[in-house]
Amino acid sequence: MASDPDQGFREEVRAWLAENFPAELANQPLSLSALEAPEPPAPAEAAWKKAMGDKGWGVPTWPAAYGGGGLTRDQSRIVSEEMARIGAWNPIGGMGVMMFGPTMLEYGSEAQKQEHIPPIARGEVRWCQGYSEPGAGSDLASLQTFAEDQGDHYLVNGQKTWTSGGQWADKCFALVRTDKTRKHEGISFLLIDMDSPGVEVKPIAMISGMSPFCETFFTEVKVPKTNRIGAEGEGWTIGKRLLQHERSSLSGGGAASRLFGGKPLAQLAREYRETDGEGRIADAELRQEIIRHDMLSRNFALTLRRAALEAKGNQGPSAATSIMKNVGAKLTQDRAEISLEIMGMRGLGWEGEGFAEAELETTRGWLWGKAVSIYGGSSEIQNNVIAKRILGMRDHQ
Amino acid sequence: MAALNDEQTMLRDMARDWSNEQSPVAAFRRMRDAAPAEGFDAAAWAEMAQMGWAGIIIPEAQGGSEFGWLSLGLVLEELGRNLAATPLAASAAAAGAIILGGSEAQKSEWLPKLASGELVATLAIDEGPHHRPDTVETRASDGRLSGVKAFVPEGDGAGLFVVAASDGLYLVAGDAPGVTPAQRRMVDSRSHADVTFADAQAEKLDDGGDGLLDKVLDRARAATAAEMLGMAVQAFETTNDYLKTRVQFGQPLSSFQALQHRMAIMFTEIELMRSSVEGALEAIDAGRSDIDQAASLAKATACDTLNLVSREMIQLHGGIGMTDEHDAGFYLKRARVLENQWGNASFHRERFARLNGY
Repeated sequence: MASDPDQGFREEVRAWLAENFPAELANQPLSLSALEAPEPPAPAEAAWKKAMGDKGWGVPTWPAAYGGGGLTRDQSRIVSEEMARIGAWNPIGGMGVMMFGPTMLEYGSEAQKQEHIPPIARGEVRWCQGYSEPGAGSDLASLQTFAEDQGDHYLVNGQKTWTSGGQWADKCFALVRTDKTRKHEGISFLLIDMDSPGVEVKPIAMISGMSPFCETFFTEVKVPKTNRIGAEGEGWTIGKRLLQHERSSLSGGGAASRLFGGKPLAQLAREYRETDGEGRIADAELRQEIIRHDMLSRNFALTLRRAALEAKGNQGPSAATSIMKNVGAKLTQDRAEISLEIMGMRGLGWEGEGFAEAELETTRGWLWGKAVSIYGGSSEIQNNVIAKRILGMRDHQ
Repeated sequence: MAALNDEQTMLRDMARDWSNEQSPVAAFRRMRDAAPAEGFDAAAWAEMAQMGWAGIIIPEAQGGSEFGWLSLGLVLEELGRNLAATPLAASAAAAGAIILGGSEAQKSEWLPKLASGELVATLAIDEGPHHRPDTVETRASDGRLSGVKAFVPEGDGAGLFVVAASDGLYLVAGDAPGVTPAQRRMVDSRSHADVTFADAQAEKLDDGGDGLLDKVLDRARAATAAEMLGMAVQAFETTNDYLKTRVQFGQPLSSFQALQHRMAIMFTEIELMRSSVEGALEAIDAGRSDIDQAASLAKATACDTLNLVSREMIQLHGGIGMTDEHDAGFYLKRARVLENQWGNASFHRERFARLNGY
């Protein structure tokens, strides 16, 4: 419940939003194509982004010294609530906000923080992730991209893949090998300018018909040593920490929740399918699937809430957070599969006039969504993590 | 675990210690072998009452502590872990009926005795092997009630019944003329009786308004789900411990990935189950308008999850889990009884859909 000091802050937030959020942008839905080529923002959008960037509220809990909002968790929650109340949305996002920024705040030197964090807070720089390689997926630590010591800089050679947004990124945070004799301890964490000579990016056409991922090739790319985060060989530790940020941001559904959060499945079913005399969805099996999905969805929301309360109640990090990625992925994919079942052939259109826009989005979203149980640590890897870290089940010795 | 206040944390810790020290599964086994007429461990019940657990949901004015349903759930979870044979859940559900639907006179007559534990009460709702609260044959008129209730939990030892008749809920004293419990021997070795009411003296619970039966049942469902949560947690932990000690092919079973993933999936389901059970109990304490949905969500989830965990407990223990000497069978047997009690998963999925308009 809002106590009095909160109320004062809430009024401040409300006044600032009234002044700065362009009403025409309220409740603007995120279309699947927004994950594709980013279009230059309309003037209202650009103004909103600038206002939020200057205020630091795109990254409300980051320190003000680095361009963040410097807010407490409670204040940050109030900002979110007040934004939701008027249909406002956060224009500052991407990998810099979700993963790289929080990791930098923890591991970057003072100079590195000053250089890299404020532009993220203002939404001026796009970051991409150079982790996976053709031969290093779930077994990420077997990566081979090599950074050769040249005194004050490294020469980087190798190939990264599944680089989300690589074709639009300004900079890349990458795990590279600085020592070929040691697996985990031979890895370092480098920041690479994407416009450096020797960086080549090729979009990968996916089953959804979109190309949100790229192959990224590094050939004799010069990277100054001041762009290394942490010590040489510390890359695996830093990189894993970043993955935790990735998983916690993915588990909320991330962009997916805004994409597919729309219409309840039961409502969709009533539009496309028959109901019986009592108003129930007539296809009993479909109805059961919808019920199970809705129940899991409620339980997931209750678990997110519980984990947040437990974290706040100083009961330590909640074990519940470890299940979020897999459950979130299952919900996203089940929802898409059930939507297709509801729509039948109308849910399988590829393009053209014969289909409603929402139907085509369903098809593409269904295909795109197959990625969520693979990226950011596959569901199988998540189960390994639960078994080993939480249940204490050790591998063969 | 929900965000608990200090008194809830203390209560939970006290229940955990007492359950582990005074009421381990071995105590349940002794009760089963001794087979007392009332179907529960009377000495253990007296201790629980002494600690105030019988009055957790009862108002202070009537001798309870008024800690609420989440607090009761915490205790039931700890007792469920070790399969304690106690009428706590049944008696609290009956007390809940009196709190919701009783007159001031009825409350002052019955609640203090329930809070002190000197009286055990229970709900007598169903008349057959399935939960069908909508089709009740029992009739009441002029303060007399007649009908036969089936599989009444704690029906052998209850001194007070909250009975569903076609026009509402009634209180019937266990020692009233015309009340005859007949013991049923069930797989969980707990008390379930068929109770015949023949023109028995009955007092209506008149103050609960419409839907009193549903409200009473939703509290019973959430409480049952809390007991099931404790069982699932313990069945899972016992299995996890076993996998770490049992060696085959020169390796502990816990090192085989096929088993690691099954355990990770069960862990995930139990975490979700905890959220839904605590969510329902919190909804009741907050007096929210969607208690019905929250209770059906919790009971359906509890049924599915405990069903899975109790089957896997047997399978992952192998042959030893099939022996009477091992505890695994106790969890399996009690699980199926509680799955059926107050509506199985299918009942609650159907109800959830209807409540959501599809």
